[in-house]
Amino acid sequence: MSAITMKNIVKQYGDGFPAVNDVSIDVADGEFMILVGPSGCGKSTLLRMIVGLEDITSGDMVIGERRVNDLAPRERNLAMVFQNYALYPHLTVYENIAFPLRLAKMPDGEVDKLVRDASSTLELDEHLERKPGNLSGGQRQRVAMGRAIVRQADAFLFDEPLSNLDAKLRGQMRTEIARLQKRLGITTVYVTHDQTEAMTLGDRVAVLKRGVLQQLATPRELYENPGNLFVAGFIGSPPMNFLPATVEGTSVKLPFGSVEIPADRAERAAGRGLLIAGIRPEHFEDASLAAEEERSGSTFSAKVETVEWLGNETYAYIPFEAPDEVREQLQQLEKDLDGDSLRTQLVVSLDGSSRIAEGEDAEIWVDGGRIHLFDPASGENLTVDRERAGRIPGAEVGAG
Amino acid sequence: MNNRTLNRVGMVVGCLLIMVWCLLPVAWIISLSFKSEASITNGNPGFLPSEGTSAGWANYQAVWDNEQFRRAIFNSIGISLIATLLSIVVATLAAYAIARLEFRGKKLVLSLSLAIAMFPVVSLVGPLFDMWRAIGLYDTWPGLIIPYMSFTLPLAIWTLSAFFREIPWEMEQAAQVDGATSWQAFRKVIVPLAAPGVFTAAILTFFFAWNDFVFGISLTSTENARPIPASLSFFVGADPFNRPASLLAAGAVIATIPIIVIVLIFQRKIVAGLTSGAVKG
Amino acid sequence: MSTVTAPAPGKRKEKAVASDRARAETRLGQKLVAPAIVLMLIVTAFPMLRAIYLSTFDYALTAPDDREFIGVGNYLTALTDPLFWKTTGITVLYMVVTVAIELVIGFIFAMVMHRVIFARGVIRTSILIPYGIITVVSGFAWQFAFSFQNGFVNSWLPFIGDDFNWFGEQTPAVIAIMVSEIWKTTPFMSLLLLAGLAQVSEDMIEAAKVDGATWMQRLTRVILPNMRAAIMVAVLFRALDAYRIFDNIFVMTAGAVNTESISFLTYRQTIEQFQLGMGSALSVLLFLSVLLVAWLIVKIFRVDLAQARQEA
Repeated sequence: MSAITMKNIVKQYGDGFPAVNDVSIDVADGEFMILVGPSGCGKSTLLRMIVGLEDITSGDMVIGERRVNDLAPRERNLAMVFQNYALYPHLTVYENIAFPLRLAKMPDGEVDKLVRDASSTLELDEHLERKPGNLSGGQRQRVAMGRAIVRQADAFLFDEPLSNLDAKLRGQMRTEIARLQKRLGITTVYVTHDQTEAMTLGDRVAVLKRGVLQQLATPRELYENPGNLFVAGFIGSPPMNFLPATVEGTSVKLPFGSVEIPADRAERAAGRGLLIAGIRPEHFEDASLAAEEERSGSTFSAKVETVEWLGNETYAYIPFEAPDEVREQLQQLEKDLDGDSLRTQLVVSLDGSSRIAEGEDAEIWVDGGRIHLFDPASGENLTVDRERAGRIPGAEVGAG
Repeated sequence: MNNRTLNRVGMVVGCLLIMVWCLLPVAWIISLSFKSEASITNGNPGFLPSEGTSAGWANYQAVWDNEQFRRAIFNSIGISLIATLLSIVVATLAAYAIARLEFRGKKLVLSLSLAIAMFPVVSLVGPLFDMWRAIGLYDTWPGLIIPYMSFTLPLAIWTLSAFFREIPWEMEQAAQVDGATSWQAFRKVIVPLAAPGVFTAAILTFFFAWNDFVFGISLTSTENARPIPASLSFFVGADPFNRPASLLAAGAVIATIPIIVIVLIFQRKIVAGLTSGAVKG
Repeated sequence: MSTVTAPAPGKRKEKAVASDRARAETRLGQKLVAPAIVLMLIVTAFPMLRAIYLSTFDYALTAPDDREFIGVGNYLTALTDPLFWKTTGITVLYMVVTVAIELVIGFIFAMVMHRVIFARGVIRTSILIPYGIITVVSGFAWQFAFSFQNGFVNSWLPFIGDDFNWFGEQTPAVIAIMVSEIWKTTPFMSLLLLAGLAQVSEDMIEAAKVDGATWMQRLTRVILPNMRAAIMVAVLFRALDAYRIFDNIFVMTAGAVNTESISFLTYRQTIEQFQLGMGSALSVLLFLSVLLVAWLIVKIFRVDLAQARQEA
């Protein structure tokens, strides 16, 4: 078991395009690190550089005490679970799991013991003599994990291991992986584009966009203190709402009305002109329900276009007009997030007991203390709490 | 309902048509091989031997007793097998490189093999005839094995690289991560997975070598190396103006038996190989 | 920091390492294909160059000492000889007629094999028999079948006398040769087309059905356009093969009654008459005409060669 340190890693392809650009991440011994981002952000490339399937253009890759840049994959002693599992179809489940041990020329007795250990951990005992072709998706996934845990690898690497499973199985396997990792206490790097996996599995999460590290922090820090517009929009579902805003004193002027925010936040955003306010859907509430609980915040009135009642909660959609400057930035953000830019609309998540109906002018409460303000030009979060935001590479220069 | 019955009838008729198309000439040559030699000389028309002219196994006996014919069968088997084996080894290496590696000259190999697949064989036999005589390969086994190898390489390379491409890249990468060297990854993962493809390519290669005629008649002159197609075409009976049709038919049947056996056993593989080598989206 | 940083000290060296790996890959690749390239060149490029060289001589093996350089003399002789043009014409006829008929029959066979649910194995096995059979054997089988002395075709066909000699004049002899050629190679065609058919998605055909297309419309507007690549590749391969027709002619007529193809003419000059000079000139012309035919087919039908080579 070892720590993995990436220092200024760059991957440049033949055409000069940097798939990974100057990324530095340190994975502590035993830590579960998630690499997350939309497709094409370089997360898989980075993982493949760790394991040695991809050359490193520049930078240092250190595993344990060794610089491994020039080592072949087999000299790095890492175990990897591939997206399509890469099971060997001509070998039985037993032999698939035993494969790395056989290559290491381990005596049969030891191989047998280790394989049976792994298979009982993963509940594969009754399938050992079958071929991968006859297994279900979840079973294949477990065989792939078996092949990884059977040897004393320095770290586990996962490349979107759950993306080929259906939703229910994905949930089960997710907890399975988390349990296994805790039990073995082995350093793990896990690539995914699914933010639920990122939030639930990771000790820390590295968010990447177009080959550049955006923020490296714990899931909670990412959620509560996103470093920039991209991270704010990527983490959370339904995603954070972005509204045009201007700050006057301690109040923020939004399309629907003014909202009071804490003085220290207002101060940091003062005098910047037009900004983008980010408010998570769950930081809104039906004003009548909020009043009952006597929560502090502001209320405003808006016409609700569509309501989706889910039982435990209700989503209400409220369209608004955004000035061109903000709309452009939001469209770019949508593109970065792999989405289609639709109309600008506010999504608010209300309690399931709310009676707000479609077409109604509703009183909505908003928690002003949780509003973030972003610079529309750079996307930087002006109200970020640096103590609780992990590492935001782009901001370090200014901060330090 | 009516439409469906019509469809079914159409299918059955279609199937029967295919079977007749494929098997009628084969049945004919078998039937011919049982017509007695004497009746052939006098003329013995009709699909089946006419009354009292069936020769039984006499023609087969006669052909088999012919030293030249036996030599030709032996030559064909030997030359085709060796050419197939060598060609497959060379093609496997090349196909692996083409399917898996990025290197300069890849285009050249592909273009060259495409060009050779289209090459008019006859335009080579003249110079080859001349060259082989000069270096002593004329009328020898290697003299045929070398051109057979070259001309089966394109087909073998295409078929094999199609098979190699179907093996997921990740299989090999997983092996490397699991601690295999490139050679171990190739031997323990790629080779077993590619084995069916290699086998198919071998069958197609064997067919080509077994079928060849132009090289067979141009680069040999005696039973030293003359393969079966050439031998059949030079088979002249007692009367040079009237070919011994039934003897030839018996010889042809014998020469066809290996093909039929291979087809019967490996039907599925051959179809897969033929189609994967030529058309793929 | 999102901008490109100044090169770190170790960068230059590591770049070299990366390209070292690429270079190693190139070296390995070239090593692996080298034997194949050498073999293919030994038997094609070298003899072809030799043919070009020999074609400039008046050179017969029967009188090797009378070898004489005559430049393009052989080519002039060949190109001005009506025999050359007559054989070329016959060769083109063989190619066009056989490929056209094979395409139609092959497509029908492919349709049947694609739809059939019973006896799949039996049908595929039977279709491989003509494919696998030696061309010479096919030639013999059909020659004897057409023979008036020992065959059955005359008695089975109406309007044809029992003593009609198919090999007595050009037209029937050419037909007999084509029959053997078509019989032997249609299965190959139909298997290629079958592979193409398998790639036309069933959903698309059903969608066309729902949209109200008749059987014929489905065929011409949905199935055929989507099989274009497969058809073109099959035509290209078969046409070039048919243009080189030799075995059947050799066995069935030995080139008599004007059934000679260009390949056969070349063979006769070189191997039978030992006219290496003239034979080589014909070889070169044959090679060039194959190139021309290939080029024409690719141009006219816009065949995607990348697809033929599977580089999709």
